[in-house]
Amino acid sequence: MPGSPNPPLWLLAEVTYRCPLHCVYCSNPVDYAKYGAELATDDWLRVLREGRELGATQLGFSGGEPLVRDDLEVLVAEARQLGYYSNLITSGIGLNERRIAALKDGGLDHIQLSFQDSTREINDFLSSTRTFELKRRIAKLIKQYDFPMVLNVVLHRLNIDHVGALLDMAVELEAEYVELANTQYYGWAYVNRGELLPSREQLQRAEEVVNRFRERVGNRMKIYFVVPDYHERRPKACMNGWGTVFLCLTADGLALPCHEARMLPGLEFPSVRDESLRWIWYESPAFNRYRGDEWMKEPCRSCPEKAKDYGGCRCQAYLLTGDPANADPVCDKSPEHAIVTQAVERAEQARVAVATKPVLFFRDDQNSRTLSRERRREPVA
Amino acid sequence: MALADDTVFALARGFRFQWEPAQAAYVLLYPEGMVKLGSSAGEILKRINGTSAVSEIVADLERAFPGVALRQDVTEFLEHAREKGWISARQP
Repeated sequence: MPGSPNPPLWLLAEVTYRCPLHCVYCSNPVDYAKYGAELATDDWLRVLREGRELGATQLGFSGGEPLVRDDLEVLVAEARQLGYYSNLITSGIGLNERRIAALKDGGLDHIQLSFQDSTREINDFLSSTRTFELKRRIAKLIKQYDFPMVLNVVLHRLNIDHVGALLDMAVELEAEYVELANTQYYGWAYVNRGELLPSREQLQRAEEVVNRFRERVGNRMKIYFVVPDYHERRPKACMNGWGTVFLCLTADGLALPCHEARMLPGLEFPSVRDESLRWIWYESPAFNRYRGDEWMKEPCRSCPEKAKDYGGCRCQAYLLTGDPANADPVCDKSPEHAIVTQAVERAEQARVAVATKPVLFFRDDQNSRTLSRERRREPVA
Repeated sequence: MALADDTVFALARGFRFQWEPAQAAYVLLYPEGMVKLGSSAGEILKRINGTSAVSEIVADLERAFPGVALRQDVTEFLEHAREKGWISARQP
């Protein structure tokens, strides 16, 4: 591995796997129900200090639903003291006036609020909760307390035709940033891929709507449109490279180079209960495993684009080909690219509307226990 | 559009400016992002406080770094920063 890595800049604290929602595309591991006790408040405070000493500046509080933890206000206040720029990534469930006032006092910088759709019907169906109206009230509360607000919507076949209405809703709710993030197919989304992957035509239409909207509103609202990589011919530069910028901490204390990495075989991810964050970032075998390009196989090894996309995503390579050191098969240079194009072709043929009841695994404890008995769960259909 | 000398800038809402020892640089932090600033950009943004006019900032910088005329560099950077949405002009 060439040289010493740069310090981590972005810490994601998945403070709990508990969540009142049951979203079918949740990025938490499908076997989350089997993981042990959550880190205690003091552990988190220590890890936040260690991360800041390493040089991390951006801090996301995520989960699960981070508001489930009643020490969130303590963690947020410490984060501000330490000099982090902190973000609460939330479904809004559990936020009330008392808590948002405490978060403001503690120095939380901004809030990312998720919606599942612009309609009550689909929002509530996808999350398997009745939360649409509540989320709208929470958005008003966020503005009332003068937080910059990122409205986040995960896109897929069942809601991507609503991007116009979603953007109108963002204007109405006075969001400064909108993140329209096409589902990336890991975790629960991978299991449910057959029902979620949009068709190429749906994607094109959505992009046109977003571009027209951008022209209309200009700088007033910043829109991030994350494309679904299955429709591409080159892989995403996942995490900007393994162990280069991003450090994810799980509810039970593992340190990961991305949200999904704990599913990868042959790697033992270190726990912050046992090791310092400095050792984890610079020295641990897991964080060094896919740094640089020494680990690459062909076609990546001799590819002129390897410094641009780092061979794509290790987790996707593993999920789709069984070997995390393979090229991400999104790349059309991968000998296994057909796995991706076939999945997209099936999506083209699939129904576009929710004409019949889709077969979906909702993220809940019972499904998690069932799915965790199978080592690699193939997508349904 | 020329930048008037009496324009007063403030950091845009939600932006934070701070020194990062680990990077030995000033940075701008904002939702979903960070900009690492070069030394001259850092010196200029350090003086954006919502009360000082552009002319005062130029004068202050020329005192700190004597012997160089800085007005053009400073206004060019401020225009750039405004375009990027990092700073916004206060209404007089």
